[in-house]
Amino acid sequence: MEIREKYVALRTILDKEVTRVLRIWQQTILPSAITMTLYFLIFGAFIGSKIEDMDGFSYISFIVPGIIMMAVITNSYANVSSSFFGIKFQRSVEELLVSPTPNYIIVLGYVLGGMFRGILVGLIVLLISLFFTKATLHSIPLVLVFIFLTSFVFSLAGFLNGMYAKKFDDVAIVPTFVLTPLTYLGGVFYSISLLPPFWKSISLMNPILYMVNGFRYGFLGISDINIWIGLEMLLILGVLLFYLVIRLMKKGTGLKS
Amino acid sequence: MVNALEIKDLKKVYSNDVEALKGIDLEVQKGDFFALLGPNGAGKSTAINIIVDLVTKTSGQIKIFGKDLDQNLEEAKMHIGIVPQEFNFNIFEKVMDIVVQQAGYYGIDKATAKKSAEKYLKQLDLWEKRNEVSRTLSGGQKRRLMIARALVHEPELLILDEPTAGVDIEIRRKMWEFVKNLNQGGRTIILTTHYLEEAENLCRNIAIIDQGQIIENTSMKSFLKNVENELYIFDIKGTIKNLPELRHCNLKMLDETTIEAEVSKDHTLNMLFEHFKKNNVEIVSMRRKTARLEELFMKLVDNNKNGN
Repeated sequence: MEIREKYVALRTILDKEVTRVLRIWQQTILPSAITMTLYFLIFGAFIGSKIEDMDGFSYISFIVPGIIMMAVITNSYANVSSSFFGIKFQRSVEELLVSPTPNYIIVLGYVLGGMFRGILVGLIVLLISLFFTKATLHSIPLVLVFIFLTSFVFSLAGFLNGMYAKKFDDVAIVPTFVLTPLTYLGGVFYSISLLPPFWKSISLMNPILYMVNGFRYGFLGISDINIWIGLEMLLILGVLLFYLVIRLMKKGTGLKS
Repeated sequence: MVNALEIKDLKKVYSNDVEALKGIDLEVQKGDFFALLGPNGAGKSTAINIIVDLVTKTSGQIKIFGKDLDQNLEEAKMHIGIVPQEFNFNIFEKVMDIVVQQAGYYGIDKATAKKSAEKYLKQLDLWEKRNEVSRTLSGGQKRRLMIARALVHEPELLILDEPTAGVDIEIRRKMWEFVKNLNQGGRTIILTTHYLEEAENLCRNIAIIDQGQIIENTSMKSFLKNVENELYIFDIKGTIKNLPELRHCNLKMLDETTIEAEVSKDHTLNMLFEHFKKNNVEIVSMRRKTARLEELFMKLVDNNKNGN
C-alpha cells in the first residue's frame, strides 16, 4: 500500500470509531459526565468545603485534574477494548484482516478512536468543573502532553484487552479489578504526602500516580513526584505497548487460529 | 502466464493437533472458474482462510498472481475478494457504509468507493436497501451484500465460500448469472459449494479435497467423463402397472406415470425408445436427472475413506 492509501485506511477506521462514539453518546459520553459531576458535587462542593487547602489550593481545585485524568483513562481504555472486542465478536474484524491494511494502521486507527473519546470526555469534565471552581492553567504544553500520552497508553492497553478477550466479561475484568483501584489509589483525591511512609512507598509503584501528578502539575504547578519521571514512564510504556500489540497482531493472537 | 493462485505443500496443524491440511498442491489459472469441493471438515475452509490470511499456515507456500504471501502479503491481498461462509459484517451498520468502508481498507478514497459501491449494489439488487441497517436484510440480501463488499475494490480473484447456502432457488440462479458474468469479464473465481449442481453448471475445473488432501484435480469435463451411468426421468401418457425389463438399462416405476431409467454411457437412448414403443408406452416428456457430479463425488470420497 502506498502512503496515501494507508492514510485512507487509517481515516476509514478512525471515522468509523468517531461515528460510533458520537452515535451512542448515551453509552460513551453521558455516563462519565454524570459520574464526574457527582464527584465534583460530593467530594468537591459538599465534603470538600470542610477540607483544608491542599498545597495552597482549595480541595475542589486540587481534585479537578485527577478527576479529568480518571475520565480520560477509563474512557480511552473502555472505548478500544469494547469496540475491538465487539468487531471480534461479530467477526467483522475479518473485514480488516483480509484487507491489505497493515497491522500498525489498524492499531493506530483504534487507538486514535480511543484517544478521541478519552480526550472528548476529559474536555467535557473540564467544562463541568468550571461550574464548581475556577480553572488554573500552569502549563498548557504539559497538560496536552500528559493527556495525549495517557490516553495513548490506555487506548493501547484497551486494544490488548480486546485482543485477548473471549467473552464480554473479559472486557470488564481489567477496568473493575485493576484500573479503578489503581486510579482511586493514584492520588486523584489526595496528596501522597499525607500518607504514612509505608503507604507512600507503595503508592510510588502505581503508574497512574505519575500520570495524575504530571497532569495536576500542568494545571496547578504542584506535584508529589518528579513529573519528568512520569513523562519518561509514559513514553516508555507507550513504545513498549505499541511494540507488543503489533507483535501480537502479527502472530494473530486472539484473532487467527 | 502467471497463475491466479499457486499453492505448494500447504500444511495446517491446529493447536489441538488436528491436521487439517496434509500438504496440498493446487494451481488455479487466471480467468478460471474453479470448484473446490469436499465434504464437511475436509479442509476447504482452512485452505481458503489461509489464502485470505484469516488462519496462519503451519508450512507451505501460497502465491496470488505471482505474489508470495510471505513476502508480499499486502500486495497479494489487493488482488483477492472473499465472500465467506458466515455473515461477518457489522449488523448495526448501513449497507452502503459496510461496502464503502471495505473499500477504504484497500486505500480507495470515498468518492471512488461510493461509485463502486453503487455499481455493485445496483447489480445485486441492493441499491434500494443502501440506507438500511444490515441486520434488517433477509438471508439472501445478506449474502449479496457480502458479494458487493468483496467486489468493491475490483479484485482479480474472487473466492466464494458457499455463497448460495440457504438462498432460495430464484435468487440462487440470479447469483449464478451474476458470477458467470464476472468470470466472462475476466475475473478468476474459486467456488466452494455443497450444491454440486452449482459447481457442475458454473465451473470449468475442479479439485476435490478430503481429509486434508487433494484427491482429484482435473477439468470438469474430464471428471464428468467418469460417469458410468446417466439417469433420465420419463413422463408418460396414461398409466401403466408394470414395465418389462431391458438389458443394459435399469428401469424403475417412480409412480404410475413416471419412469426412471439408468442407462449405461456405452449405450444410446434409441434402444430405450424402441423398448417403450414395443410396449405401447407413449412418452410425453423427458429430462436428465442432474446427479452426475454428486454420484462421482460420493464415489471418490467413499473410496478415499475406505483407503482405495
